[in-house]
Amino acid sequence: MRISTKISMMAVAVLAGGGIALADDKPPTHAVPASPNGDLVVALCDGTTSVEVKGRKPGEKLSPAEAKKVSDELMAQWKKKNPAVGASWDRETLVAQNTPARPGTPAPAPVQPSTGALKGNIPTTTDRVQEGTYGAFTTRDEQIWRASTQAFVDKGNQIFHDAKAIGGTIAVSCDMCHPNAANTHPETYPKYQVQLGRVAMLRDMINWCIENPARGKPLADDDPRMKAMEAYIFAQRKGVALDYGKH
Amino acid sequence: MGIKSVETKYMEERDALFQKLKNVSRRDFVKLAAISAGAAAAKGLLPPHSFQLVNVAHAQGTSPHFSFAYISDTHLYKQKLNDRFVRSILKAVDDVNALSPQPDFVLFGGDLAQLGAKEELELGSQILKSVKAPVRMMVGEHDWFLDMGEAWKGLFGAPQYSFDHKGVHFVTLMSVQEKDFWTARKMTPVQRMQTVAGLDNGVQSRFEVGQAGRDWLKNDLAKVDPKTPLIVFSHSPLYKYYRDWNFWTDDADEVQQLLSRFNTVTVIHGHTHQLLSNRIGNISFHGMLSTAWPWPYAPTGLPKLTVQMNRADPFSQFDGCGDGRFDVGASAAGLVDKIYNLWERNPVTVRASYLASNGTKDPPPATKLVTY
Repeated sequence: MRISTKISMMAVAVLAGGGIALADDKPPTHAVPASPNGDLVVALCDGTTSVEVKGRKPGEKLSPAEAKKVSDELMAQWKKKNPAVGASWDRETLVAQNTPARPGTPAPAPVQPSTGALKGNIPTTTDRVQEGTYGAFTTRDEQIWRASTQAFVDKGNQIFHDAKAIGGTIAVSCDMCHPNAANTHPETYPKYQVQLGRVAMLRDMINWCIENPARGKPLADDDPRMKAMEAYIFAQRKGVALDYGKH
Repeated sequence: MGIKSVETKYMEERDALFQKLKNVSRRDFVKLAAISAGAAAAKGLLPPHSFQLVNVAHAQGTSPHFSFAYISDTHLYKQKLNDRFVRSILKAVDDVNALSPQPDFVLFGGDLAQLGAKEELELGSQILKSVKAPVRMMVGEHDWFLDMGEAWKGLFGAPQYSFDHKGVHFVTLMSVQEKDFWTARKMTPVQRMQTVAGLDNGVQSRFEVGQAGRDWLKNDLAKVDPKTPLIVFSHSPLYKYYRDWNFWTDDADEVQQLLSRFNTVTVIHGHTHQLLSNRIGNISFHGMLSTAWPWPYAPTGLPKLTVQMNRADPFSQFDGCGDGRFDVGASAAGLVDKIYNLWERNPVTVRASYLASNGTKDPPPATKLVTY
């Protein structure tokens, strides 16, 4: 049912956008105003909004077109009450619709079709291009991938800030010495690390820090935590030129 | 005396050498310099130049009016959880107790505890009791936001106070107040403390002295002659360096305004864990080192008079950390030289004349390894 899907998405929007905390115990109740004609009244999960469906009695089935009209009306009312949330009421929809995020939202900034890497990949003119399925992705695809990448980076961010997550034993986390991953200079690896007596990669230094300042056990090279932390550290250095071997 | 660290013995020998050098003739000086160079070379400190000759030149005829030392940003956890930071504060206590002559007092620069727990603060309090000189306490945000200062005040008293010492008016500020970010987020005290303890989260508010604190300061300074040298202790830098990491005091401009009518003002702050110098108008600013860990320089906003300390060796627990001393000049101007006692490195002095001349005189040794 389209209406139930949309209304359940509304619930997410209300909770995220309106800053309402989830109550642990009882679910919210929504007492709808009775229709003077005994018509069907549909309630929105925000607990205040409702719509009367003229000429339809409770228990009668709505056609898909009627149901859509009801959900659109509920949505319009809700948006009117929550103007600050704007178009970004739902992150997935936002990404999929390629709508620019409003400033201050944590959603990744969508790429404008005319800028960045897309310019080289997707011709904006009607010139003839090479055909093929490889690389036939859309802006929408790119944005979804970007959101997935960001989630990976965010995971690394969380591990980087959590002494327990890296297996440290003295409550020392990475960010204590490296706020925003400062002084990790991932762009300088591989390089000869005098103190180790060999050439090291970034992960060797991450492991060194886990073992020594944080007094934990080194992670395996393919440990998901290691990968996520590398993702976070590299993400902090976007735009810095690679300069392997630099001291 | 117990066991002394290598560094402490080294500092003691060095201090003894300088004491001897103060009143020597030129002929004897050359002899002594050769001996000290030999001694340094024997310790593997090559080549024999840098601090020896430079410091001798300054040592002649410029004995300070008085000195005070500092220990700062020790970030103690409970001892059972983390002995590493405990060893660091003990090392600093060892250092200041070895100073000869002894400093008039020792400033503690704030962030005694890591997460504001009573047990952490009590551990720090116990350790600081073995400091021979009197200790002046300052509060930091890590001491405060678990119980909003209850335990700290119980141990050390009011966080804002002033005192006069040998013609200098000293003021200690509580500069790490924050506007309430926790109630709306329904945070527990522990969550609030953990949020404040992090540097690179945008959740917490910016530090401020606050209206009440500024009123107190204004009132305290009202009775002081503008010609009196003024030294202010604040945990956060009393200027705007880097907002994202709270290397920042939000009402710094208002506080500076209150200090502006004094001829000589020195602000000494903790929190930034790095060699940091600034000059704004009549005010000289000196950052203090941490005993626990060094911080990288922020990506923007570094004051132009700051000569960066070399970035820390990640393979050395103590590198980039340390303690230090302030020498207050004998003249009525009350200018302050700052000595950074960097563990495992030669000490670095930032002279009052360097800041007062806007960087044209007496620059500290240049940086070899910048933050990148």
